[in-house]
Amino acid sequence: MSLTLALAAILAVAAVVGWHGFSRAARLRTATRLHSLPSYHGAYAALWAAIPALLLLAAWSPMQSRLVDRAVLSSPEGRSLPAFDMQRESILSEAREIAYGQREQGFNPESSTLAPRIRAEESRFALMGGAAAILLALLAGAFALRRTKPEFRARRGVERWLMILLLAASLIAILTTLGILLSLMFESLRFFNLYPVGSFLFGTEWSPQTAIRADQAGSSGAFGSIPLLWGTFFIGAIIAMIVAVPLGLMSAIFLTQYAHPRVRSWLKPILEILAGVPTVVYGYFAALTVAPVVRDFGLAIGVSSASSESALAAGLVMGIMIIPFISSMADDSIAAVPQAMRDGSLAMGATKSETIRKVVLPAALPGVIGGVLLAVSRAIGETMIVVMAAGLAANLTANPFASVTTVTTQIVQLLTGDQEFDSAKTLAAFALGLALFLITLVLNLIALHVVRKYQEQYE
Amino acid sequence: MLPHEEHEGSRLDTPAPEEAEQEPRIPAQVQGMHSGLDVNATASEPDTNRAPKMSAREVSVFYGDKQALKNVSINIHDDRVTAFIGPSGCGKSTFLRCLNRMNDTIPSARVTGQIELDNEDINSTAMDVVQLRARVGMVFQKPNPFPKSIFENVAYGPRIHGLAQSKPDLEQIVEKSLKRAGLWEEVKDRLQESGTALSGGQQQRLCIARAIAVDPEVILMDEPCSALDPIATAKIEELIHELRGRYAIAIVTHNMQQAARVSQRTAFFHLGEMVEYGKTSEIFTNPHERRTQDYITGRYG
Ligand SMILES: Nc1ncnc2c1ncn2[C@@H]1O[C@H](COP(=O)(O)OP(=O)(O)O)[C@@H](O)[C@H]1O
Ligand SMILES: [Mg+2]
Repeated sequence: MSLTLALAAILAVAAVVGWHGFSRAARLRTATRLHSLPSYHGAYAALWAAIPALLLLAAWSPMQSRLVDRAVLSSPEGRSLPAFDMQRESILSEAREIAYGQREQGFNPESSTLAPRIRAEESRFALMGGAAAILLALLAGAFALRRTKPEFRARRGVERWLMILLLAASLIAILTTLGILLSLMFESLRFFNLYPVGSFLFGTEWSPQTAIRADQAGSSGAFGSIPLLWGTFFIGAIIAMIVAVPLGLMSAIFLTQYAHPRVRSWLKPILEILAGVPTVVYGYFAALTVAPVVRDFGLAIGVSSASSESALAAGLVMGIMIIPFISSMADDSIAAVPQAMRDGSLAMGATKSETIRKVVLPAALPGVIGGVLLAVSRAIGETMIVVMAAGLAANLTANPFASVTTVTTQIVQLLTGDQEFDSAKTLAAFALGLALFLITLVLNLIALHVVRKYQEQYE
Repeated sequence: MLPHEEHEGSRLDTPAPEEAEQEPRIPAQVQGMHSGLDVNATASEPDTNRAPKMSAREVSVFYGDKQALKNVSINIHDDRVTAFIGPSGCGKSTFLRCLNRMNDTIPSARVTGQIELDNEDINSTAMDVVQLRARVGMVFQKPNPFPKSIFENVAYGPRIHGLAQSKPDLEQIVEKSLKRAGLWEEVKDRLQESGTALSGGQQQRLCIARAIAVDPEVILMDEPCSALDPIATAKIEELIHELRGRYAIAIVTHNMQQAARVSQRTAFFHLGEMVEYGKTSEIFTNPHERRTQDYITGRYG
């Protein structure tokens, strides 16, 4: 019996138990007044039947493969395997593939004899787990059904189960984040065993190519992250923001303060479409359309180092991408400035633009700054545009026509293609990911703090 | 050049007209303790035959299709306080906002009729709304200081209208305005602190100082005390007494005792109409209209 079958069986048990609870309560209802409607009694019994059993099943399935492995290894066929770890692993994995029908024949003869054993242990444990789960469903269902009495508060019980369900859903998101962070930290620690932290953080040379044999040239890569962080910052926080902040802010001011409601109802959705364009489309727009124009312009004004993969091209397009984000954040914070403040200024004889410049914007500034910080943290985590339009050369330069590279570009470079998963080159990607994660985390925290402070001001 | 700038030198320095000084000044706190209406404050009603400062003729206001004000005609004189009373929603604020064209900021609002300031039509194209509002200042129901320092709040108007030639000049205007608003002693040592950190009553006096700083001719106050406690209210009322005569003052209030205490003329509004307008003492002791009578005796509102 497979676990899928067990799953179906549990759901069937829950349905039957639920229906039973419902009809039982309905019958009671003809005689007395119930505290809860029959549907609540049904739902209560069904939840009791389903949830504990499903949890058991969910806990069992990852455990099962380990139990199977252990049983196989301690079986007579398993004991005859070579003790050497790597060899034993490869035979085992081959045997597993044969057992699941993914391949016909193993490279090692032992695997073929091992396969039936695996299949047998597999079904034995699945039967055990599945039977236990179904049994639990039946027991819990029976327990819940016994409580179907007129005065029983099934409605409250259902409420509690739903609360638990919602809690579990939110925990999954939190635990996933935690898990990602832990795995990043773990892999980064492995990287820092191979390469010193100080050189990673403060090194100015980035050349991750490691040779296959130790005696080849460039056998030791250099993993100084400064050029990547600079490139990321240069494109995402400087060039993109020089484009996005004024344009986004001005469009927000126009939309909130000047535009006729009809114009606004047209322009705002169009601006939001800009936010919905897939970043890969921005990427090839940057690489194919903007980059050549920028290079030609650079050459025309006499910058001989102008490259077709320039920081400027990527930054400009990223700035365009960020405009709707800044505009909508600014829109919110401008709208949060009380009308009374605006009236106060207008009643003093200030013009509309004086009111905006001297009263509305200063009052909205903290919110705008928070929005810009969030935008920066988005821009530096953005991948597609820079992969397609920024270069690979890790230059430490402030020349916008030159090619720079970014953290995300390099992570993509390090992890695409065939890699061994314990070389410094691959592990460096995790260290870069961790660095990026921490930077955006700090930016987000500061931004949220600023925005919250600002919102309190007008409550 | 702003048209009212020619007044500047003289206006800021001339003392209030005589009659204002002679008026028996009963501290507002004391008056507040009377339970009934007190019309003593209006006893020495100045009687001038001068042309009105502002005059409204047949003013109607529509918000979209809904008429909020029906053919209101009123004169406002520059040596008196004129109070607008009436149940809430009757159009007092709407009328007040007509006088400095703040209704322009509401897209759905439409104003008809004629309003004149010193015999100039304020709705004509010759009148610049920005200058009109510098001449006709406004204080709002809820204190609305800017999120700037106390100094910058008061300096805001003089700055945008270019009233100060130099920094000392500006400082002098700020000091004079704060003094006139009765706030100077409380804030002179902390002019750089935020205006929003003051108490509600201080904030409202800051808003009055802010309005005074551009040296207006008329000050409109829309229920300036409704968000304040009794002590702060008494201070504002006292301030209105002091400002009377220097500026034409129009005040909206839903508090009849307050109207009786601070004003010399009272207009009673009801359902968008101006029902009765006359000397405050008469409105409160001997109203001609039935509806006025009902309102001041507390039959509705
Ligand atoms: N901005 C507005 N849009 C639409 N109707 C308004 C607006 N402001 C006021 N009104 C309406 O106009 C009428 C008069 O309002 P208002 O002048 O504020 O009364 P008051 O100040 O006497 O309480 C009310 O019925 C109110 O609902
Ligand atoms: Mg009002």
